[in-house]
Amino acid sequence: MAAALFYSLSLICIVSSLIMIFHKNTMYSVLFLLITFFSVAGLYVTLNAQFLAIVHIIVYAGAIMVLFLYVIMFLNMSHIVSFQKSKVIKIAATFTGLMVFLVLTASLSSATYNSNAVAGQDIGLASTLGRVIFNDFLIPFEVSSILFLSAMVGVVIFNKKDVIDE
Amino acid sequence: MELILFKVGLVVVLFLISLLIAAYSTYAERKVAAFMQDRIGPNRAGPIGILQPLADGLKMFMKEDIIPQNANRFLFILGPAISMATALMTSAVIPWGPDLNLFGTTVSLQVADINIGILYIMGVLSLGVYGIMIGGWASNNKYSILGSIRASTQMISYELAMGMSIVAVIMTTGSLSISQMVSSQEGSFGMGWNVFYQPLGFLIFLVCAFAETNRTPFDLPECETELVGGYHTEYSSMKLGFYLFSEYVNMFISSAIIASLFFGGYNFPYMQVVQENTSQILFAVICTGVFLAKILFFVFFFMWVRWTIPRFRFDQLMDLGWKVLLPLSILNMLITGFFILLNN
Repeated sequence: MAAALFYSLSLICIVSSLIMIFHKNTMYSVLFLLITFFSVAGLYVTLNAQFLAIVHIIVYAGAIMVLFLYVIMFLNMSHIVSFQKSKVIKIAATFTGLMVFLVLTASLSSATYNSNAVAGQDIGLASTLGRVIFNDFLIPFEVSSILFLSAMVGVVIFNKKDVIDE
Repeated sequence: MELILFKVGLVVVLFLISLLIAAYSTYAERKVAAFMQDRIGPNRAGPIGILQPLADGLKMFMKEDIIPQNANRFLFILGPAISMATALMTSAVIPWGPDLNLFGTTVSLQVADINIGILYIMGVLSLGVYGIMIGGWASNNKYSILGSIRASTQMISYELAMGMSIVAVIMTTGSLSISQMVSSQEGSFGMGWNVFYQPLGFLIFLVCAFAETNRTPFDLPECETELVGGYHTEYSSMKLGFYLFSEYVNMFISSAIIASLFFGGYNFPYMQVVQENTSQILFAVICTGVFLAKILFFVFFFMWVRWTIPRFRFDQLMDLGWKVLLPLSILNMLITGFFILLNN
C-alpha cells in the first residue's frame, strides 16, 4: 500500500514536472507545477510530515504560484513564444545544465540509502518540529529569518527609490 | 468498518447540508435584501417563495451553455469545478458536535480530526482563488482577466492578516486541531469563548473572511459597475451557477469557522447542566443545533453587511489590508504573547 502510494505519487511528480518544462504555454506550465507541488506534499504525508505538507501547499501553491499566475496574466505571456537566443547562450546553458547534472549524480552516488530514515510516528508534527527548531537549530533558524527580513527590506527600498527620484 | 460507514454517511450528510444551506442562503439573501429595501422579495414559487432556490436551480440547468470561441475550453470548464470543489472541501475538519458513545465505540461528529486542521483550512482557502483566476483567464475577455487579477491580489493581501489573527488563537489554545480549539472554549460556564480573549483578532478575522469570500464591501472581482460581471462575465448556465453557488458555500463555511474559532463552536451557557439532565443523543443534537444557530447568525451577518455598506475602491482595499489589518494583527499577536508570558 505504502509502496504503491509512493510510486504513483513519484510518477505523477516526475511526469508533471517534465510537462511543466516542455509545455509551450506558460499557463499550463504553472498548472503542472501545481500538480508537482501537490504530489510532493503527498510524499511528505506518507513520511508522517503533515505539517510540512500543508505548509508546503500554503506557501508554494497558495501564495507563490498565485503570484506567478498573476505575473503571467499581467504580462500576457500566455501566447506561445519561440525563443530567439544566440548560439553562445545556448552552448553556455547546455554546459551549465550538464554541470548541475554532474554535481547531482556525484552527490547522489556517494549518499547512503537508509530505508529506516523515518524515525518516529510524531516526527513531522508541529510541536516536534518547533521543539527541534527552537532547541537544536535556534541560531541557523534566526539567521535565516534575518536573511529573509533583509531581502524583504531590500525589495522595499529598491521600489521606494524610484518614488523619491520623481 | 462501522466507523468507515459512519464517516461516509457523515460526509454525504455534510455535503447535502452545505448544498441545502447554500441554496437557501440565496433565497435568504433576496429576502434580506428585500426587507432592507422595504420590498417583498421572491414570493411566487411556493408559499412565501420557499421553492425559489429550486426554480433558480432549474432555470440555471435549462439555460444554453455557451463556451466562447476563443476561450480555452478545458480551463474554462476547470475554473468553476475548482471553485466548487475547494468550497466543499473545508467542511471536513469542522467539529459539528461533541463526541458520541455509540455501541461501545467513541465516534466524533467530525469527518477528519487531523492535528493541523486549521492549517488545512488555510491551505484549501488559499487554493480557492485558482478557480477564479483560471476561469477568468480562460474566458479570454479583458473584463474577466481584470476581475481575476483583482481576486488574486485581494486574496494574497488578506490571507496574511487572516493567518496572523489565527496565530493568536493558536497561541491561546496551544493546538492546531480545531476540535481541541472548540473543546478548550468550554470554560467553567460554557462561555470561555475566544471572542472575549481575542476581540481584536476576531474583528481582523471577520474583515478578512469578507475579503476571502469576495463579499461586499470587498466584491471587487465581480464589480458590475466597472467590470460587467468580473471574472464570470463569459459564463452562462450551470457553470455560472457553480461560481455563484460556491460563493454561498464559502460564506457558510466561513461562518462555521468564525463560530468554531471565536464563538465556542457547539459550546453554550449552562451546557454542563444540560448534559447531566439529558440523554447523550439529545445533548449532541442540542449542541449541533446551537452550532448551526451561530453559523446561521453569521450567514445573516454577511447579508446584513452586504446591503448596508457600499463597495470599497481598489486602492482603499489595498490600504486597509496592508496598512491597517496586517500591523493590527501583528500587534494582536504581540499582546497575546505578552499576556501568555505574564500568566506563566
